[in-house]
Amino acid sequence: MQTKEILINIARFVLLVFLQVFLLNNINLGGYINPYVYILFILLYPSDGNTTLLIFLSFLLGLSVDIFEDSGGVHAAACAFVAYIRPLVLKYSFGTSYEYNTINLKKSGATERILYVASIVFLHHFVMFALEIFSFGHTLLLLKSTLFSGIFTFVLILGSLIIFTKKTT
Amino acid sequence: MQQIIYFFIRNKNSMVFAVLFIVSILLTIQTHNYHNDKFISSANYVTGGIFKFKNSLTDYIYLGTANEKLLEENLILRKRLEKFRDIAPLPALDTIALPKFDYLSATVINNNYSKTKNQITLDKGSADELEIDMGVISSHGLVGIVSDISKNYAMVQTILNTRSRINAKLKKSNHFGTLIWNTKDPNVVQLIDIPRIAKIEKGDTIITGGRSTIFPEGILIGVVQDYHSDKDDNYYYINVKLFNDMTSLQHVYLIKNNEAAEILQLEKGVDDAD
Repeated sequence: MQTKEILINIARFVLLVFLQVFLLNNINLGGYINPYVYILFILLYPSDGNTTLLIFLSFLLGLSVDIFEDSGGVHAAACAFVAYIRPLVLKYSFGTSYEYNTINLKKSGATERILYVASIVFLHHFVMFALEIFSFGHTLLLLKSTLFSGIFTFVLILGSLIIFTKKTT
Repeated sequence: MQQIIYFFIRNKNSMVFAVLFIVSILLTIQTHNYHNDKFISSANYVTGGIFKFKNSLTDYIYLGTANEKLLEENLILRKRLEKFRDIAPLPALDTIALPKFDYLSATVINNNYSKTKNQITLDKGSADELEIDMGVISSHGLVGIVSDISKNYAMVQTILNTRSRINAKLKKSNHFGTLIWNTKDPNVVQLIDIPRIAKIEKGDTIITGGRSTIFPEGILIGVVQDYHSDKDDNYYYINVKLFNDMTSLQHVYLIKNNEAAEILQLEKGVDDAD
């Protein structure tokens, strides 16, 4: 990674944590639906970057959100999980070719992008809500939370990807 | 030896992931334990400070409603005081006899209500004489119990928490039950273990029972929204609409029971004798 890219990632990390904690955690649509847009950091991490580093950084990202939300380690666990599984998701979303050329998420095709974002978002939300709820008695609540919060996060992430894409003409 | 090192290098992603995942699971389990010292919580120095700063910025927006609430409460207290004045002169302050319950005030700097185990953070801690297991109420009724404490901040396990169990009763007939939360609605909690002999109607008031050392008797909780019981069950399951709006808590009161230590010691002594 170049110095510029490292700085961009650090800034993105801090900005997303603050955005999540002070703005998005207060939405509470219908009492329990919250978007978790901070995982944009994991999605936008360069595909040729060091995976071990990403797992560690994602853990820190989740832990930062956890500290503010008093949720123990549920975000940290979910983030470490999606960071670990990300190469696999990249492979089946973009095909095996991803290993040879770096993927630019903002320029890639719509289908591949949707598949990639949706997989990461729903995997993350499922692990997180499963750990937070932590009881088989509330399986329906788990599925409901994952589905609705997942859709919300997915829409916001795709929206922000479209808005913040630099126009190359 | 070389083989082992190669094994670690080849599987370093899985290793790092496994270690971090286990650490976060342990942190999660730790928060499931009721009051013990936690580092990962919003009551620590850094996050508490950030939340306090944020609260100092957003406080102004809610000043209007906060004032209205205080005025409303003052009015109720004034009316109550007026009734007493006619009956008897106010008792002289006795320096020896402590009142049974003492009150402290605090401001909410962080509020959760969308999770299954909700907690709020207060801007006061052990330096301001707060203690674990103090009851927390607002001007409209019950809020929760202090579960964790640091020097300057305190965490409160609210009634919107699946681990919360609070003794409550029907105001008109004194039947006791337990207050729980089914995670569905932040304005509705459930009262269970009320026997079917009790006569219940929609709109009945639910208050705290006074059978614990945490809350005095008679603190308002809510009104009966609806109730049902299974055919072969001897107990009611009652949905209680809270008087408190748990989603907009601002200023709260803490209740200190001056006789709690004595009562608990006595009960402990009885347990040990068994």
